[in-house]
Amino acid sequence: MVVITFWFSVVVLAWVLFFVLEGFDFGVGVLGPLLGRDDHERGAIVRTIGPFWDGNEVWLVAAIGVTFAAFPAWYAALLSGLYLPVAVLLLLLAVRGVALEFRGKGDGERWRRRCDIFLAVSSAAIVLLWGALLTVFVRGLALGPDGSVTGSGLNRSLSPVLTWQSLVGAGAALLAALLLGATFLALRTSGPVRRRARDLARWLGTGGAVALVLIGFGTASRTVLAAAALSLAAGLLARHGREALAFATTAVGVAGAVVAVLTANGSVVLPSTLDGSWSLTMSAAAATPSALSLLTVFGVIILPGVLAYQAYSYFVFRRRVASERVPS
Amino acid sequence: MDVLDLTRLQFAVVTIYHYFFVPLSISLAAIAAGLEITWLRTKNEKFRDLTKFVGKLLIVTFAVGVVTGLVQEFQFGMGWSAFAKFYGDVFGPTLAIEGMLAFFLEATFLALWYFGWERLPRLAHAATIVVVSLGTILSAFIILAGNSFMQNPIAYEMDPVTGRARLTSFAELLTNKVNLAAFPHTLAGAAMIGGALLLAIAVWRMAAEPAHRTLARLGAWVMLAGGAATALTGDHLGKVITEVQPMKMAAAEALYETTKGAPFSIFTIGSPLPSFSLDIPWLLSILAKGSPGATVQGIDDLQAQYAAQYGPGSYVPMIPVAFWSFRLMIGAGMLAAAVGALYLWRTRKNRAAPRWLTRWLPLIPLLPAAANTLGWIFTETARQPWIAFGLTKVADGISPGLTSAEVLASLAGFTVIYGIVAVVWFRLIRHLARQPLHVSEAAETSPELAPVY
Repeated sequence: MVVITFWFSVVVLAWVLFFVLEGFDFGVGVLGPLLGRDDHERGAIVRTIGPFWDGNEVWLVAAIGVTFAAFPAWYAALLSGLYLPVAVLLLLLAVRGVALEFRGKGDGERWRRRCDIFLAVSSAAIVLLWGALLTVFVRGLALGPDGSVTGSGLNRSLSPVLTWQSLVGAGAALLAALLLGATFLALRTSGPVRRRARDLARWLGTGGAVALVLIGFGTASRTVLAAAALSLAAGLLARHGREALAFATTAVGVAGAVVAVLTANGSVVLPSTLDGSWSLTMSAAAATPSALSLLTVFGVIILPGVLAYQAYSYFVFRRRVASERVPS
Repeated sequence: MDVLDLTRLQFAVVTIYHYFFVPLSISLAAIAAGLEITWLRTKNEKFRDLTKFVGKLLIVTFAVGVVTGLVQEFQFGMGWSAFAKFYGDVFGPTLAIEGMLAFFLEATFLALWYFGWERLPRLAHAATIVVVSLGTILSAFIILAGNSFMQNPIAYEMDPVTGRARLTSFAELLTNKVNLAAFPHTLAGAAMIGGALLLAIAVWRMAAEPAHRTLARLGAWVMLAGGAATALTGDHLGKVITEVQPMKMAAAEALYETTKGAPFSIFTIGSPLPSFSLDIPWLLSILAKGSPGATVQGIDDLQAQYAAQYGPGSYVPMIPVAFWSFRLMIGAGMLAAAVGALYLWRTRKNRAAPRWLTRWLPLIPLLPAAANTLGWIFTETARQPWIAFGLTKVADGISPGLTSAEVLASLAGFTVIYGIVAVVWFRLIRHLARQPLHVSEAAETSPELAPVY
C-alpha cells in the first residue's frame, strides 16, 4: 500500500508540474497578441517560453506514462471514457506546438502574425478543455461494473464535459492560466510588455478574486475561497511590483487546485456516476507490486535528475527578454 | 468498416505519420552532433554553418515528432484500453520510463542547444546536442522493447487472480532478442532517411551555395552506410522473426507449402497462387534459416498448427500486403543505397555530378521514407490477428464501449490536421533550405533571436 500511495503521489506531482509549468506557457500563448503591440514585442513574448515549453509539456507525457505504468486500469478507463475530448485536446496541442516552433522559422511578418493567432486560439482552447476535463476527474464517468463507459455515438464520451460544472472549471482554468502567464511575463520581460503584463495581472488577480468569492459562497467550498485569497494576493503583489512573489503565489494556487482535484475523492481515483460500488479505487487500479518496485528504482534515480537539469535550463535562460527596442 | 477496423486504421494513420518524423529526428540529431564536433576539432567555420543549418531542419522536424508522439502516449488508453489494462504491467513501464528517461533529456537539451549558442561555453554546447542524440537513440531502444513484447511476448507471467500479465524481469524485457535485432535495423533505416534529406537539399541548392557539396557527400555517405547496415541487420532480424513468428516470414514470401530449399521471388503475378514468378532459387531458405537447403514452413502447415494450438480461426495475415510491403521495402532501400553509391562515385575527386542525376536527386528521400514505412506496415500487419503474438488477438484489445462515430470523428480530425501540418512542414523545410548558409553575427537578428538581454 505504501508503494501505491508513493506512486499516486508521483502522478499528482507530475500533474502539478504540468499544470503549473505548461500553465504559464499556455497563458503566455494566449496573451501574445493581447499584450504585444507589434511584431517585435510579440517576438519577445514568445521568446520567454521558447526554450521551456517543450520540456514543460513532457510533464504531461510523464503524468500519463506513469499513470499507465502504475495504474493501468485508471489510464484505460479515463482515456477510453474521454475518447473524443482527449482526441480534440491532442489535436489542439499539436496545432499549438507546431505554431510555436514554426513561428520563427518562416518568412515575413504575416507568417508570424498567423502563427501567433493559431498559438493564442489553440492555447486558450486547450486551457478551457483542461478545465472541463479536471471537473470530470472529480465527478467521474458513467463506469459500468466492468470499468468501461457505455453509451452510443459521439455522445458517449462528449457528454461528461458538456455540463455546467465543466463550464465553471473551464472559466477557472482560463483565469488561472492568464494570471500565470501575466505574472510570468511581468517577471521575464522588460519594457512595455512588462508594464502591461503587470497591469493585467493586477486586474485579473482582483477581478478573479471577486468571481471566486462569489462561486466559493455559492458552493460553500473552502478550497475555492482559499483560491480567491491567493488570486487577490497575486493581484496585489503584481501591483506593488513584487513580480516573483506574484508568480509564485499564482503557482501555489494552481498547484493547490490540482492537488485538491486529484485527491477530492480520497482513495477513489475515478468515481462511477452510476453506482458508487463501481468506482475505481487506487488499489484496484494499481499495477502489481513487482512492476511498481521496478518503477520505483527508475523513478527515484531519474526524476531528481530531470528536476535538476530542467532547473539548470531555467537558470541558463534566466535573464529578462527585452521588449523595448535596443539599438544593436 | 466496423469499430475495430476503424480503430486499427486510426492507429495506423497516426503511427505511420509519426514515424515519418521520428527517424529524421534521430539521424539529424546525430549528424548535427557530428558536425559540431567536427567544427570544434577543425575550427573550420564551414562546419559551424552546416551545424546550424542541420539544426534548423532538426528543430522543425522534431517539433512535429513531439506533438505526434504525444498522441502515441494516449492511444493505448483511448482505443486499446483492454490491451492497456491487461498488459499495463509489462507495456506501461516501457512508456513511462521512455518518457522520464528520454523525452525530458531530448526536450530540455535540444532547447539548451538551439537557444544556447551564445549562452554556453563551446564544449558544453556541443555536449548538449550529443545528449539530445543519445536521448533519441535511448528512446528508440526502450519503445522498440515495447513493440518487441508484442512480437515475441517474454518476461511476463499470467496472474491467476487478476488474469492480467505480470512483469517478471525488466532487463529480460529490454533484451528481447527481437529488440536486439530490430533496434540496429531501425537505427540504420533512420540514418538512411536523414542522409537522403541532406543529400536532396544540398544537391538542390548547390549552385547557389557551394558549401553544400560537403553536405551532399556527407548525406550520400550516411545513406549508403545506412543502406549497408539495414541489409546486414535486416538479414539477422529476418532469422529471428522466422524463429518467433514463422507465419510472418511465410507470408512475406506467400509460401503456402512447406518447402525445402525455398526460392525468393522478385516479382509475381496471380493470386493466391502465382501464375508467373521471377524467382531466385534457395534465397528464402538462406534469408530465413541461413542455409540454401533449409526447410521453410508454409502458410498452410502453420495455419493447421496454430488452429490446433490456439483454437479454430484464421491465423493467416493479409498475404498480398505482407508479400509486397516486404519486397518493396527491400527494393526501395537498396535502390536508395545504390543511388548514394553512384553519387559518391560520380562526384569523386571534386568531379561534378551529371545533370540527369542531380535533376532527380531532390526526390531521393522518398525512397528511404517508403522503405521505413513499408517495414513497419509489414511488421505490424503480418503479426495479425495477434496484438501480442500467441497471447491476445487485436479484436480483444480494443476499448469496450467505443463507438464508430467517435473513432470516425477523431480519424477525420487527425487526417485533416496532420495533412495540413505535413504541407506546412514541407514548405518550411524548403524555405529554410533556401536561406544562405553563412549568416553573419550582425544579420542574425531574426525576430526570434532579436530581443537582447
